[in-house]
Amino acid sequence: MSAVQVDTMSVHQPQAVYKTSIGKKIIMAITGITFVGFITGHMLGNLQIFLGQDRLNAYAEALQGLGALLWFIRAFLLAFIALHIIFAIILYFENRSSRPIRNVRVHNIESSLASRTKIFSGLLIFFFVTYHLLHFTLIVTNPEYAALKDSLGRHDVYSMMILGFQNYIISGVYILAILSLSFHLSHSVFSLFQTLGLNNAAWVPRLRMISNIFAVLIFIGYVSIPVGILFNLAKLPEGGLL
Amino acid sequence: MKLDAQTPSGPLPEKWDKHRFEMKLVNPANKRKYSALVVGSGLAGASAAASLAELGYRVKCFCFQDSSRRAHSIGAQGGINAAKNYQNDGDSIYRLFFDTIKGGDFRSRESNTYRLAQVSNDIIDQCAAQGVPFAREYGGTLDNRSFGGAQVSRTFYARGQTGQQLLLGAYSALSRQIGLGNVEMHPRTEMQEVVLIDGHAKGIVVRNLATGKLESYAADAVILATGGYMRVFDLSTMGLQCNVTAAYRAYKKGAAFANPCYTQIHPTCIPHTGDYQSKLTLMSESLRNDGRIWVPKKHNDDRPPGQIPEDERDYYLERKYPSFGNLAPRDISSRSAKEACDDGRGVGPTKYGVYLDFADAINRLGKNVIEQRYGNLFDMYHLINDEDPYKVPMRIYPAAHYAMGGLWVDYNLMSTIPGLFVLGEANFSDHGANRLGASALMQGLADGYFVIPYTIGNYFARVGAQNISSDRKEFKEVEGQVDERIKKLFAINGKRTVESFHKELGQIMWEHCGMARNETGLKKALERIPALREEFWKDARVLGDTEGMNVTIERAGRVADFLEFAEIMCYDALDRKESCGAHFREEYQTEEGEALRNDKDFAYVSAWEFKGVGNKPELHKEKLEFESVELATRSYK
Amino acid sequence: MNVTLYIWRQKNAHAKGKMEKYEARDLSPNMSFLEMLDVVNEDLITQGVEPIHFDHDCREGICGACSLVINGRPHGKQHATTTCELRMRHFKDGDTIYVEPFRAKAFPIVKDLTVDRGAMDRIMQAGGFVSVNTGGMPDANAIPISKKDSDTAMDAAACIGCGACVAACPNASAMLFVAAKVSHLAYLPQGKVEAKKRVQAIVSQMDKEGFGNCTNHLECEAACPKEISVKFIAKMNREYMRSSVVSK
Repeated sequence: MSAVQVDTMSVHQPQAVYKTSIGKKIIMAITGITFVGFITGHMLGNLQIFLGQDRLNAYAEALQGLGALLWFIRAFLLAFIALHIIFAIILYFENRSSRPIRNVRVHNIESSLASRTKIFSGLLIFFFVTYHLLHFTLIVTNPEYAALKDSLGRHDVYSMMILGFQNYIISGVYILAILSLSFHLSHSVFSLFQTLGLNNAAWVPRLRMISNIFAVLIFIGYVSIPVGILFNLAKLPEGGLL
Repeated sequence: MKLDAQTPSGPLPEKWDKHRFEMKLVNPANKRKYSALVVGSGLAGASAAASLAELGYRVKCFCFQDSSRRAHSIGAQGGINAAKNYQNDGDSIYRLFFDTIKGGDFRSRESNTYRLAQVSNDIIDQCAAQGVPFAREYGGTLDNRSFGGAQVSRTFYARGQTGQQLLLGAYSALSRQIGLGNVEMHPRTEMQEVVLIDGHAKGIVVRNLATGKLESYAADAVILATGGYMRVFDLSTMGLQCNVTAAYRAYKKGAAFANPCYTQIHPTCIPHTGDYQSKLTLMSESLRNDGRIWVPKKHNDDRPPGQIPEDERDYYLERKYPSFGNLAPRDISSRSAKEACDDGRGVGPTKYGVYLDFADAINRLGKNVIEQRYGNLFDMYHLINDEDPYKVPMRIYPAAHYAMGGLWVDYNLMSTIPGLFVLGEANFSDHGANRLGASALMQGLADGYFVIPYTIGNYFARVGAQNISSDRKEFKEVEGQVDERIKKLFAINGKRTVESFHKELGQIMWEHCGMARNETGLKKALERIPALREEFWKDARVLGDTEGMNVTIERAGRVADFLEFAEIMCYDALDRKESCGAHFREEYQTEEGEALRNDKDFAYVSAWEFKGVGNKPELHKEKLEFESVELATRSYK
Repeated sequence: MNVTLYIWRQKNAHAKGKMEKYEARDLSPNMSFLEMLDVVNEDLITQGVEPIHFDHDCREGICGACSLVINGRPHGKQHATTTCELRMRHFKDGDTIYVEPFRAKAFPIVKDLTVDRGAMDRIMQAGGFVSVNTGGMPDANAIPISKKDSDTAMDAAACIGCGACVAACPNASAMLFVAAKVSHLAYLPQGKVEAKKRVQAIVSQMDKEGFGNCTNHLECEAACPKEISVKFIAKMNREYMRSSVVSK
């Protein structure tokens, strides 16, 4: 006796994932996980500076030895960076326009300065990473690094880092960048679990704590490198550079 | 005016089936030709609008709230009754019917009340299918509780917010139909008048509250599901926007108003504390399961409750009604509180309050158990009164809560205006002189889901589709009248706020037509109301203009209607020279102060016909015939 | 007690609004916040000034009509409390109180503190239901539902649709509101049937309405008068991912 049955919900065509608000966040989360992995790996790798020249240069050599795979990983990371940034900018502008007239009084409780300023910490990180690549990876800013070789004829990454960080300005910029990164991460780890649905009521506070602890560890890990160098805990090899 | 209840013949349990068979049907292909306007989007309105749209009728639904989900059905806390007998404790359709008709003091129509009990089970099934998260047992089946002194556990509930969950269920069904384009929803729209064409209700004139513009809508039938009129008392447990306007305007157009004096006063509300107060908050009746109600024995006892020794306390419900004690029905419990306070033994700053004391229960069961049972209510009380009920007894006082009276309807829920149907609290049909706890939700949904979809088809099939346009002169005329009335309100340009008139009217009604009434008081009220109304039309202050949103004109229109409606309530209370259910006439009581019902002279429904503002309306009587139940005296001793 | 109020006044949707100053005198600490505004309004009407417009109805925290941002926080600073339940004793004598509407592009202002939350209704119309018609339903006990699922569904269904989550969110996102409905129905067998289509339909409508995106600030949970947990947002994200992967 009922009227012609229409499926109301199908009237609303599912949108392409990258067009929906949740889809965009999922893209941020998935690219974000990759960076969390990269940041952790990169830090552990570079901390080998405290184990001596041989160890670090061997590690660098091994990475270079990956050849095509290394380029694949680099391309992959670059693509993810591009996605992460593009979607961050889209989200930022969408979110900004969702409240054209701001409140006269705003009193935030749960959100943090870090969570509210991720676009800016993110952009700072981006600018720093660009410089960092030009500095150490592509060796554009300091072409003299290219000639550094150790006793085994390997590219002397160890000395390059020490030379680099012995410069107070470079170390200062680096520390600020890491601060910005940690700030960004303090909300990111929690956020990516939440976005990917890997969360429940009990884990909300735990993940937020884990997120903060992770950010602090990353900060300590990375900052220990320039600080260690400035405090002479890692020194140029005996007998100077080759 | 002729009152024909259209009650089907035959044995009580077969009446509804028989009637359903005898009613005419509209062919599925023809349903699109018929349209209905539903005014109100609470349990009755939303369920009706959704169900009719599902059948294929074209529906428009109107509510004055900003969203149909905010209708005041949402405030109901306790639960919804159904004769499922899931608890195997002896419940049945007949028992639910009997409890309801007895609770109503045998002043409701047998056939309607029986049908209500019959469809109660379908309601629970329907709501469960919609995803209403009723409370459940560990085995996955539905949980029930005993409510309002019932001897069986037949109340289904969703925490303390059953009304909300049921309304959201109906709202979801309505939303689906809106999404499908079968219902056109008009929020922030208030009905101003019903439009009659050749004596049939064929449309309404509404005011769009956001733009201030008047609009006309035509259809084949009009359904009012506009709730009760308890805001006539100003202070009540109702939402602040609840009003009598739609029902009252229909009354002025020829719909009879039935039993307006049956007004339920809920015993456990937070007392009045000051003139600024806008609302009396209800505390769930379930508190009476563990709380003991008392007042000091001494008059004007100003000691704090803790310093009043046990033997100087009067546990008056336990004293007067030893078998029901603190669980005595709502009307009895309310009246006893009033008596104690009128006797000068009330407590709290205004002396209109009684203690609801949990000290014994806390000693016996421990604070944890009490916290588990009533934690949220205790918190709410603490928040409102700044007193910790775990330490100090709560103060409670009765407050206006539910209108059993409403527009007169026949068995098909049609009023005395053909084509005008009335559902839910807005009609008078099922609760008699007093409504039992957890029955209001049942009635609203029964009317909307399971009665109107059948009976409206019968009306449509009989009169045929008329495809009326809202451009007709009848609509223009009514629009003109509404516009004129609004202009008149603006033109008063007096000094007193509309709110102050509402407060004064509320005080008159509470004093003379509240929990207990007598001839002298009612006559006094009948003098004071017209005087106040006259003052209103001379001195009320309405600001702004008709453009855009304007709350002062909204309120003025509603209060103006209450100022007229209040009179019918008093006339009705004056006419009913007996005490029954919530209507207590002081002249008619036993020596022990119990209600004295008079079945010989008053077993009728009073249906009042409008005879002009300020004139006494004409009384029509619908005799109540009882074929299946014996009229017993209620006793809760 | 006395307080100074700064209240957003705006004649209509198109007019420019601004904060205006009012003094509220001789208040009782037992008054609710809205009763305080009633008193201010009575004074204004007596002076011939149009009263402050704000949405309200039940005044007991269940209808979801009241919608004020008080000192920068939706429904004020009391935890798990709607504006109407807020009491003047939660303020100090001499306080200055800023009162603003629930602001979002998706909530255009109608007048003063009254906003149009029709966007939330349209989201519900897109998928906030189980597609069943009235009548002919199986017995309510025919499908057992575990108490845990039923309770969790009820936790989500407690949403009163006030929009405080939107007002509190730095991005004006409606995720908590939407997640509450998606989760309520996804935890129940009756709702599971259409769970995949529902989450797609409802998210698509949410985006159309111009709400912001959720960036997990958690302000929504802090502002929610019914303490709806952000775990439901995680649940909705799961539902969305499953529907995106499986339904195509």
